[in-house]
Amino acid sequence: MADTVVGADPHADPSRRDFIHIAAAAAAGGAAVAVVWPLIDQMNPAGDTLALASIEFDLTKVAEGQQVVIKWRGKPLFVRNRTAAEIQKAVATPMSELRDPQSDDARHKPGKPQWLVLVGTCTHLGCVPTFGGGEYGGWFCPCHGSHYDTSGRIRKGPAPKNLVVPDWDFLSDTKIKVG
Amino acid sequence: MSGPSTYEPKTGIERWLDTRLPIVRFAYDTALNFPTPKNLNYWWTFGGILALMLGIQLATGIVLAMHYVPHVDHAFASVERIMRDVNYGWLIRYMHANGASMFFLAVYIHMMRGLYYGSYKAPREVLWIIGCLIYLAMMATGFIGYVLPWGQMSFHGAVVITNLFGALPIIGEPITTWLWGGFAVDNPTLNRFFSLHYLLPFVIAGLVVLHVWALHVPGNNNPTGVNVKSAADTVPFHPYYTVKDGFAIAVFLLLYGAFVFYNPNALGHADNYIPANPLVTPAHIVPEWYFLPFYAILRAVPDKLGGVLLMFGAIATLFVLPWLDTSKVRSMRYRPTARLYFFIFVFACLVLGLCGARLPDDPVIGAASGLILLDADINSFVWLSRVATLYFFAYFWLILPVLGLTETPLPQPEGISEPVLSHPATTPAGATASPEKRG
Repeated sequence: MADTVVGADPHADPSRRDFIHIAAAAAAGGAAVAVVWPLIDQMNPAGDTLALASIEFDLTKVAEGQQVVIKWRGKPLFVRNRTAAEIQKAVATPMSELRDPQSDDARHKPGKPQWLVLVGTCTHLGCVPTFGGGEYGGWFCPCHGSHYDTSGRIRKGPAPKNLVVPDWDFLSDTKIKVG
Repeated sequence: MSGPSTYEPKTGIERWLDTRLPIVRFAYDTALNFPTPKNLNYWWTFGGILALMLGIQLATGIVLAMHYVPHVDHAFASVERIMRDVNYGWLIRYMHANGASMFFLAVYIHMMRGLYYGSYKAPREVLWIIGCLIYLAMMATGFIGYVLPWGQMSFHGAVVITNLFGALPIIGEPITTWLWGGFAVDNPTLNRFFSLHYLLPFVIAGLVVLHVWALHVPGNNNPTGVNVKSAADTVPFHPYYTVKDGFAIAVFLLLYGAFVFYNPNALGHADNYIPANPLVTPAHIVPEWYFLPFYAILRAVPDKLGGVLLMFGAIATLFVLPWLDTSKVRSMRYRPTARLYFFIFVFACLVLGLCGARLPDDPVIGAASGLILLDADINSFVWLSRVATLYFFAYFWLILPVLGLTETPLPQPEGISEPVLSHPATTPAGATASPEKRG
């Protein structure tokens, strides 16, 4: 009879039990995140996709007034050799008329205004704009009617931004590297 | 609604199984003996039609996956091989492609039925929300499936739709790259789309189980919208509705068969028989017909993010509908004013579909008016789609909430048997009011 245990109430010290619960939940939660993250991240670009990310291109293939479309990172890339009139038109446009204001100077390499290198996907929903179309003589996107000028800047339509200028540079006078 | 089970195992093996896994009892109670309102009309047969369409899509899809190659270099050719060389491949693919269209046709009718008869109202809110989830999963599956043949429309459709997520600030670009598995829609994208296209129909099947479960707790709504009062208001699902659904299915299959056998490409687009070319976008890019209303809403807004938010908002609105409609009266039979607005809503959806198929700047009637309002001619599809979009949202967020408080509904019958029994003049001679009571 004297063996009756007293003080064995499991709720006698709630703070210890709470700590175990919180610690266990935190460990399980952390483990779950650690397991789920690889399952999510596997969908991001793989190593070989990233390795193909830069290309070289020979500019002698593009005559004045023409554009050549090449594939870069799965997307079209516009390499345009602009005429003097097209450059003049782009330079003369006042900033106040632009939706995404950027000077023509900022969109080509110094001293080589004839060469425009642009990612050829409309900044609206990614269609490929057609060369020389639209009201500004640059490009026109057939999907939802965005007009770009001869500097590739958005002038009219639903697209919010100018055509993107990728990272690129001259390797020599006639050779460029993109990416 | 389903009372105690009345299933009685007849054979020894049934009795043996019933005490171990009462699966036959379950099937009997839910699919054969389930008490169903006796006044369901043909608009109620689309649930059964949809179940059949899901089955057809699963069966044909699993077979197509045995021949399809999810690789950018082989996808288009493998689909052509299915069409030309695989035994009955043409039939199976046309059943699958047109089956998707028929699936959406049936689901739109099913949803409109729910809207008209107030099937989303208490106590069926969860049933309605699960239905919305099924619709959402169907849209994802339909879109992804259209990408798999890797034609021009497939590719550029995938580009446009995945770019929708790019409209979101900050997280937009990482999300699109993550979806693509690269810097553009390419082989990794096609590969994962195939995986998801195989997965999602089974997700839909699981949601359908929940949908039927949620249906069987309160039981079916009915054309009067009045609650079932007693067993006299119901008939067992079998044979009454198995036969009625069966007849509706046979008629629906006639339409489906007409497309499959006589005009299998009527609902598709010729450009999708041109292999995908990332460097050239088709001049007129349109989604499949069942997405056209949402495409019109997207294009109605001159701002990229605004258009995307409004388009997703149109779908999100459906989820909260049970709490937007303030009227206690379910069926629009007894809401003459609401009924008028409902039919305008159906018309607005059809108008949006038309707008989505046309170029935004094209004139609706005759030549352009020359009257420019904001950014477009007033006689253009973009303005028509803006008007219809406005009505689409006004119907849910303004008309239904306000109308429920202001309108005077017609008197509702006491029970669903009343309209039949209290109007002997409308009952044909010799017809019996309670056919279920007879042998």
